[in-house]
Amino acid sequence: MTALYQQYRNQILFSLMAGLLILVALIQSLSVSLTILNLCLISAIMALGVNIQWGYAGLFNVGVMGFAALGGLAGVLISMPPVSDAWQAGGLGILLGLVITIGTVVTCLFAWSRIQHLRRQRYWIIAVIIISGYALLRIFFDPGADAVESINPSVTGYLGGLGLPILVAWPVGALFAAGIAFVIGKVALGLRSDYLAIATLGISEIIIFFIKNEEWLTRGVKNVNGLSRPVPYEIDLQQAQWFQDWAMAIGMPVDDASAVFVKVCYALLFIAVIGILLWLSETALKSPWGRMMRAIRDNETAAAAMGKDVTWQHLRVFVLGSAVIGLAGAMLTTLDGQFTPVGYNPLRFTFLIWVMVIIGGSGNNWGAVLGGFFIWFFWIEAEPIGLWLIDALTSGMDPQSAVRAHLLEGAAHMRLMTVGIILLLTLRYAPEGLIPEKKRL
Amino acid sequence: MTDFFNALTLLGNFLIIPGLTYGSQLALGALGVTLVYGVLRFSNFGHGETMAFGAMVTILVTWGFQSLGLSIQPLPTALLAIPVGILATVILTLLIDRFVYRYHRERKANPVIFLIVSIGVMFFLGGLIRFIIGPGDQIFFDGTRFILKAREFKQMTGLNEGLSLKMTQAVTIITAVIIVAAMFWFLNHTRTGKSMRAYSDNENLALLSGINPDRVVLITWILVAALATIAGTLYGLDKSFKPFVYMQLLLPIFASAIVGGVGNPIGAIAGGYVIAFSELILTFAYKKVVLYLGPDNMELESLVQFLGTDYKIAVSFIILVIVLIIRPTGLFSGKTI
Repeated sequence: MTALYQQYRNQILFSLMAGLLILVALIQSLSVSLTILNLCLISAIMALGVNIQWGYAGLFNVGVMGFAALGGLAGVLISMPPVSDAWQAGGLGILLGLVITIGTVVTCLFAWSRIQHLRRQRYWIIAVIIISGYALLRIFFDPGADAVESINPSVTGYLGGLGLPILVAWPVGALFAAGIAFVIGKVALGLRSDYLAIATLGISEIIIFFIKNEEWLTRGVKNVNGLSRPVPYEIDLQQAQWFQDWAMAIGMPVDDASAVFVKVCYALLFIAVIGILLWLSETALKSPWGRMMRAIRDNETAAAAMGKDVTWQHLRVFVLGSAVIGLAGAMLTTLDGQFTPVGYNPLRFTFLIWVMVIIGGSGNNWGAVLGGFFIWFFWIEAEPIGLWLIDALTSGMDPQSAVRAHLLEGAAHMRLMTVGIILLLTLRYAPEGLIPEKKRL
Repeated sequence: MTDFFNALTLLGNFLIIPGLTYGSQLALGALGVTLVYGVLRFSNFGHGETMAFGAMVTILVTWGFQSLGLSIQPLPTALLAIPVGILATVILTLLIDRFVYRYHRERKANPVIFLIVSIGVMFFLGGLIRFIIGPGDQIFFDGTRFILKAREFKQMTGLNEGLSLKMTQAVTIITAVIIVAAMFWFLNHTRTGKSMRAYSDNENLALLSGINPDRVVLITWILVAALATIAGTLYGLDKSFKPFVYMQLLLPIFASAIVGGVGNPIGAIAGGYVIAFSELILTFAYKKVVLYLGPDNMELESLVQFLGTDYKIAVSFIILVIVLIIRPTGLFSGKTI
C-alpha cells in the first residue's frame, strides 16, 4: 500500500485536490469552485517563486508581499489610460524628480567608488549627497505631485498608465519585481539568513508604504478600479447570440453561464502560464545549473572552493524568484480587475505563501504548486467548514446561548489557527512536505 | 525668552513625552526579542502575538475586576491585572516551548527552521487571540486620564503652548524604568542571571561548568513572557488594543533590537528609544517651533517637515534596513547578555 502510494504519490495528491474542487462545485456552486481554482493557480505561481529562492538556493525571502504588489502596480501602469490633464499639470515636475533621483543615485555610486580610502568620512559624504538630493527632489517634485493629485481627485488624481493591453503587464510586472530584487539582492544578500528575512520583511513594508502614499502614481488608498481585461466581459457575452444559444444548449441560465465562461477563460490563461513556468523550472532544476545551485545550497563553502561564484548565483536566483512573484502579482490584479494597496498584508501575501512552500515540499516545484492549491483551498474553505463544524458541535446547546454565538463568531478565525497547527505539525512530523525533493545521486 | 520656552514646551509636548512613551514600549518589546535571540538563538516572529496574548488576558481580568468594583484610582485597573496576565502568558510560552520548540532544540535545528516554526506559532496565537477576544478594538483604560492638563500648564506658566502628561504615558515610562532596572539587577547580580549570561555567551563552556540548560531556557521563557505581557499591556493602555496592530508592531521591535545589536539588552533599550525618536523627529512639523525661534515677523509657507506623517512607521523600517546593510551587528555590538 505504502509502496503504491510512494510510486503514484503526485498523481494521488493532485487527484485528491481536483476531487476537493469538484466537491465544492457540487456542494456550493461551480462558480465558487472556479474562483477558488483561479486563486489557487495564482498562489501556486507565488509559491513557485518562493520555492525557486528557498528550495533551490536556501534564500529566506520574507518580502513576497512587496514583489507581488510591484507586479500589481505594473497592471495599473500598463493598462490604465493616461490622464493627459495630469501629465500637463505636473508631468514636468515628476519627470524632473525622476531625473534628480537617478542623478543622486548615480552620484552616490560614483562617489562611493572614489572615496573608499577616506574611511569614516565617506559615510558623511554619502549622507550629504543624499540629503541634498532629497532637498532638491522635494523642491522640484512636490509641486508636480500636488498638481497631479489635485486634478479631479475623486476619479483620477494620478498620472494613469500607458493604455496598453493588460497582458503586457504580466511580463512588465515580472520586470519591475526583478529590478527591485536586483537592488535589494545587491545590498542585502550578504546578510545571514535570519537578518535577510527581517530585512526583506522591512523592505516589503516600505514598498507597500510607498504605494499607499504616492498617490500621483498609484492613487494610494483610493484604489484603481476598472482595469481592462484579457477575457470577454460578462455583459457582452450575455448579449451575444452565439453565447445565448450555447448556454441554452448546456441548459444553464445565461447569467451563470457567462460568469462561469469568464472564469474558465482566466483559468485557462493561468494554467498556460503555470505550465510554462513549471516546464522552465523543472528544466532548470535538471540542468547543470540546477545541480550547481543545489551544491551551493547544501554547502556554500565547498561550492565556493570549487570555483563557483556563490554571491552572483544567489543574486541571480533571487532576481528570478522575485520575477515569478511579480508575475503572479500582476496576474492577481488582472483577475481582480482592481488594484487595492490596502489589501496587501504580510500574513496573507508573505507568510501564507511560505506555509504553502513548506507544506508542499521545499525544493520540489510540483510540491510548491500542490502546497499553493491545498493551503489556498483551506484558507478559503476553513470558514464554511469551521462554521459547519461548530454549528454541528453546539447544536445541542440553547440557540440563544452567548457561548454558542461567540463560538460561531470566532469560527472565521479558525483558519489562522488551523494553518498554524498544520505548519507546526508539518515541520515536526514531515519536514520534507507533501512531495519531498527528489533524491538525486 | 518666552518664545524660547514656548518652543521648548511645544517640543516637549509633541516630541519628547510621546517619544519616551513609545520608546519605552519598544524597548520592553525588544528586550524580549533580544533575550530569545541571546539564549535560544533565533529571531522570534511570534513575539508580537505573545504581547497581544498577554495584553488580552490582562484585559479580560481587568474587565473582571471592574465588574467586581475593584480599582486602584487614580491608576488604571489594568496594572492590578497584569500579574494574572503574566502568569497566563508564562504558562502559554512554557507549553509552546514544551510542545513545539523543544523538539527542534533537541535536534539542534538550523536557526531558519526555528524562525519558520515561530511563524507557525504566530499564526496559531493570532488565531487564538482573535477567537477569544475578536479582531476589533478594545479600550480598557480607566482611572484619571491626565496628570497634567495643557490648560492648567498654560495658567501655571503663562505660556502660549500647553504641556500635557497623560496618566498612561507616566505609567508607561515609570514601569519601563522599574522593569529595566530589575532586569539588569537580575542579569548581573543573581546566580541565575549570571548563568543565563554564561549560557548565552558560550553554550558549551556553560554546560561544562554545570549550568543546567533546561533551567536557563525555562527562566528565559518566563522573563520573555513577563516582558511581553507588560509591553503589550502598556501599549494597549496608551493607544488601544487591536490584535492586528501587534503584528505590525513586530517590525519596529525587531528594528529596535537590531539597531542596538541583537542579543544585547542595553542595545535593545537604546534601540527602542532611537527608533521611537527618529520616527517622531523625522515626521514632526517644525513650523511653529521655527516661528517661535525665528524673528518676530517671520512667515512660513511649508510645514518644515522632513517626511510626511504617513511615513511614520516606514522610518523604522528604513533605519532597520540601513543598519542591517552598514552595520549588521548593531550600534552596541560585541557584548551580549
